[in-house]
Amino acid sequence: MQTETDEIELKLLLDAILQRYHYDFRGYALASLRRRLTQAKGHFNCSSYSALQERVLHDADVLPKLLSYLTVQVSELFRDPAYFRAIRESVVPYLKTYPSLKVWVAGCSTGEELYSLAILFREEGLEQRTMFYATDINPDALKRAEAGVYQLERIPLFTQNHQLSGGRSSLSDYYTAAYGAAVFDKTLRQRTVFSDHSLVTDSVFAELQLTSCRNVLIYFDRGFQDRALSLFKDSLVPNGFLGLGAKESLRFSKCADAFQEFSRETRIYQRRGN
Amino acid sequence: MESPPRAVVIGASAGAIEALSAILPALPADFGRAILIVVHLPPDRKSILAEIFADKCRLQVREADDKEPILANSVYFAPPDYHMLVETDHYLSLSNEEPVHYSRPSIDILFTTAAEAFKSDLIGVILSGANQDGAEGLRAIENAGGVVLVQQPEQASSSVMPRAALARCRSARALTLDGIASALCELAAG
Ligand SMILES: C[S@@+](CC[C@H](N)C(=O)[O-])C[C@H]1O[C@@H](n2cnc3c(N)ncnc32)[C@H](O)[C@@H]1O
Repeated sequence: MQTETDEIELKLLLDAILQRYHYDFRGYALASLRRRLTQAKGHFNCSSYSALQERVLHDADVLPKLLSYLTVQVSELFRDPAYFRAIRESVVPYLKTYPSLKVWVAGCSTGEELYSLAILFREEGLEQRTMFYATDINPDALKRAEAGVYQLERIPLFTQNHQLSGGRSSLSDYYTAAYGAAVFDKTLRQRTVFSDHSLVTDSVFAELQLTSCRNVLIYFDRGFQDRALSLFKDSLVPNGFLGLGAKESLRFSKCADAFQEFSRETRIYQRRGN
Repeated sequence: MESPPRAVVIGASAGAIEALSAILPALPADFGRAILIVVHLPPDRKSILAEIFADKCRLQVREADDKEPILANSVYFAPPDYHMLVETDHYLSLSNEEPVHYSRPSIDILFTTAAEAFKSDLIGVILSGANQDGAEGLRAIENAGGVVLVQQPEQASSSVMPRAALARCRSARALTLDGIASALCELAAG
């Protein structure tokens, strides 16, 4: 059970992380955050949040490891193939009407979502007119995203997902296997800018046609979700597309009115025109 | 302010559909509590649980979305490949964090976060299943002063989960499926 003292200490820990390192976790969904910080306490051998606060304030080397508890890095190539199929079949025809495109993968983690879209855009003939922005707050994840190297044992699942998403080519066209790893073709990311960007403290991107932000909002409480969603609204062109994770919805958000449902089943929304 | 909803949490794995089929359809439309359920499933993205039970039940049945408010007389299934957690202000959050006992969703995660949020005003139920997930969560509910019920192991198509739960919780009552359904109705009415 969490005591009142735990709650106070937790709040102070999050304040300390914000003031010292400028990461704002104060509006993250608490039930999951508490679990992960409890695991972090175990890892750092700290008996309380206060002890953890002391460690992270005085030892900057603690932060990267602590970030791996504060953020959840789980991803897959073409995760939820139905989502990518909907992008391919329903969104791409709209995107084809633009001479140039900007696409934002927000909370890109280790890059799987970015490579999925890059492959899909290549298959659909949109790659050459597109700039991709892939952002995250976790620097280790961003580095791995830029490297584009995944364990070979994950490839069968990725291949299956790619096929189910309506892939027009063979996934093996996009990577080479070496030493137990699949190294993705670097030309897939030649039109991508990777950068450190927080959905809760940083500002808007200009004039995007598509933002894909999947399984990031689930870690936010409603306040932070609204903050991120208004950022998406302000970054998209009128009628631009917003794709969310399979179980994320605008139903409970203040920003719901700024968007209309485009594909209900696969959680793709469209910014209302104005 | 509206008074917070009261809740029942249920966990099951192998044999879950059979067991739930004996309980959920027996509950009245004005049951009065919210029901949150984790069933271990292969993570193949499309769960049919909500569809199966929507037709059979008098309660509203759905697969939970993130930040869904918890309402009385509604049944929420955790979606495949997501943990389902209860926030202290009584809505649901989903998460992709690591599996627990090889399971995502995990019964322990639902039960422990529900115990934090609902304190003693919670009923925890463990049904048929073939692993240990849920025992620790049921224990958290017991510690918070909630009521804990377990399907009789001899009657469960897979007895590992009920046995593990009974071993962890002294106050747990081992009941038949019918017994669980009527206990839920009595407790909810009381
Ligand atoms: C579960 S991963 C999602 C990966 C991928 N989008 C997918 O669905 O497969 C969540 C990601 O959100 C990132 N994240 C957490 N807080 C963030 C924030 N404030 N701004 C941007 N990204 C954030 C985490 O670092 C992590 O990489």
